[in-house]
Amino acid sequence: MKFRQRFYLAEVLIGLGVTAAHFFVNLGRHTAHHVFGRKTVPGAVTFQYPEERRPYSPRLRSLHRLVRREDGSPRCVACMMCETVCPAHCIYIVAAEHPNQDIEKYPERFDIDLGKCVFCGYCVEACPEDAIRMDTGILEFSSYSRLGMIYTKETLLALEPAGPDGTPRSPISIPPDRRP
Amino acid sequence: MTPTMAGLGIAFGRVAFVMLFVLTMGGLLTWVERKQSAVMQDRIGANRASIFGLRLLGLFHPLADAIKMLTKEDFLPARADRTLFTLAPFVSVVSALVAFAAIPFGDVLRAGGREIPLQAVTLNAGILYVFAMLSLGVFGVMMAGWASANNYALLGGQRAAALMISAEVAIGASIMGVAMVYGSLDMMEIIRGQGAPLLPQWFGDWIPKWGIFTQLPAFILFLAAGMAATKRIPFDFPEGESEIIGYFVEYSGMKFGMFMMADFVETVVIAGLTTALFLGGWQVPYLAGDGFRFPWGATVALAQPLVALLQVLAFCLKVAVVCWFLMLIRWTLPRFRYDQAMRLGWLGLFPLSILNVAATGLVLVAWRGP
Ligand code: SF4
Ligand code: SF4
Repeated sequence: MKFRQRFYLAEVLIGLGVTAAHFFVNLGRHTAHHVFGRKTVPGAVTFQYPEERRPYSPRLRSLHRLVRREDGSPRCVACMMCETVCPAHCIYIVAAEHPNQDIEKYPERFDIDLGKCVFCGYCVEACPEDAIRMDTGILEFSSYSRLGMIYTKETLLALEPAGPDGTPRSPISIPPDRRP
Repeated sequence: MTPTMAGLGIAFGRVAFVMLFVLTMGGLLTWVERKQSAVMQDRIGANRASIFGLRLLGLFHPLADAIKMLTKEDFLPARADRTLFTLAPFVSVVSALVAFAAIPFGDVLRAGGREIPLQAVTLNAGILYVFAMLSLGVFGVMMAGWASANNYALLGGQRAAALMISAEVAIGASIMGVAMVYGSLDMMEIIRGQGAPLLPQWFGDWIPKWGIFTQLPAFILFLAAGMAATKRIPFDFPEGESEIIGYFVEYSGMKFGMFMMADFVETVVIAGLTTALFLGGWQVPYLAGDGFRFPWGATVALAQPLVALLQVLAFCLKVAVVCWFLMLIRWTLPRFRYDQAMRLGWLGLFPLSILNVAATGLVLVAWRGP
């Protein structure tokens, strides 16, 4: 350490100068913002989260959704690839005979236990039909019970992909045990 | 003063003013702490507590905190010493609160044929009283550490005691210089002394003889030791909330809140002391007892109650500015390690303040003659 640094006082004063400069500059910007309505330079980098959301990356892995066919039925053919590859063993599929012989099968049940899911995205990679995606932009799905974390086929089918800046377009589903 | 009803009322009013001032400042400081740190760090800070949708820049957060603390479970550890455990937070907060009593918040107010000293209690050794009360605070901390029946709390209490002792010694030694320059231990006299012009033969009447000009080294030493006495960052290793746990690890609810409160009140007391000893207390530059007398010859006559009001406002403003500065330090510096703080206290602040006393003595003797 240099002598000046060992002496400490000068370094403290420099540090105080830096923080005080931040304080006064930001205070001035806040004043310009709130008192004079000048919003060109924000005084803080804060996003007021529930009202303002950061734009998410398009690669973000968020809540799963099941892709629909044109008639609204799931595109999934219940091939069990995702269930097999899932490292957390959190996908549960019950297959049933599809009326259309060319399609062969469809999932009667398709549950994902998001309490176990590690968001690795392998299910999306494994799917041969591009029937499962993780592009809803929804990250808020906490629950007070384990049961509330299990998302069923109906819920997953109803979800829409996120908008171009990552904002969710489907309503953020609130599990039943969290409804007011 | 004969104990008439009016006299009693005035005495009560003086005490009530100081109490309210300290408690309000202490409560506000929790808000200042959040907001100031946020603004310093390019954030917005707590702003969600609202009453009927009114947020007022988060001013309701101290209120929400109080409600939260009061409604939380008041947990008593099974093997704790019930009496000491309950007593400890009270000792901490009360000793911090009463310490402010000897700090004057204004000169005398002349009204209705009375002379009211604007100070909660008039003591001719006021400084010593403030110190005595500030050092009493460490008993609360040690009691908390001991009574919790928890080894971590005990160690925290010991760290706090070691820190407080090293800080108190440095505080005591650093203000000796001030007491020598103004020739008194009475806070009122020290502040009156700071109204005189500094070195009139060189600067005329321009610069007031504030402690920060006559005793700059003592000011820095006092501020450093004062920060240590409040047990806040950068000297917060008695508590060390983020990793080493401290003396109030077993406390919850309002008892924990009282320890927090004691820290904030101590900050206000240190700010008050700094103001009184180094920043001229209630002195407004160029304001004499009958109005402004500017060094360029202009005068503005003011009624005495108005002068007193100005002085009280000046005192409050100075305390607020010093509080802001203490917060600035608290949010700028990282925490000292235990051994670093001990070395700073015993090998840095203490010898330097003794040196300052000796130097002050020599200068005074050379200046005024023996
Ligand atoms: S993201 Fe990974 S853990 Fe989650 S369901 Fe898909 S494969 Fe399983
Ligand atoms: S991998 Fe695709 S098609 Fe196969 S079961 Fe899973 S979602 Fe359905």
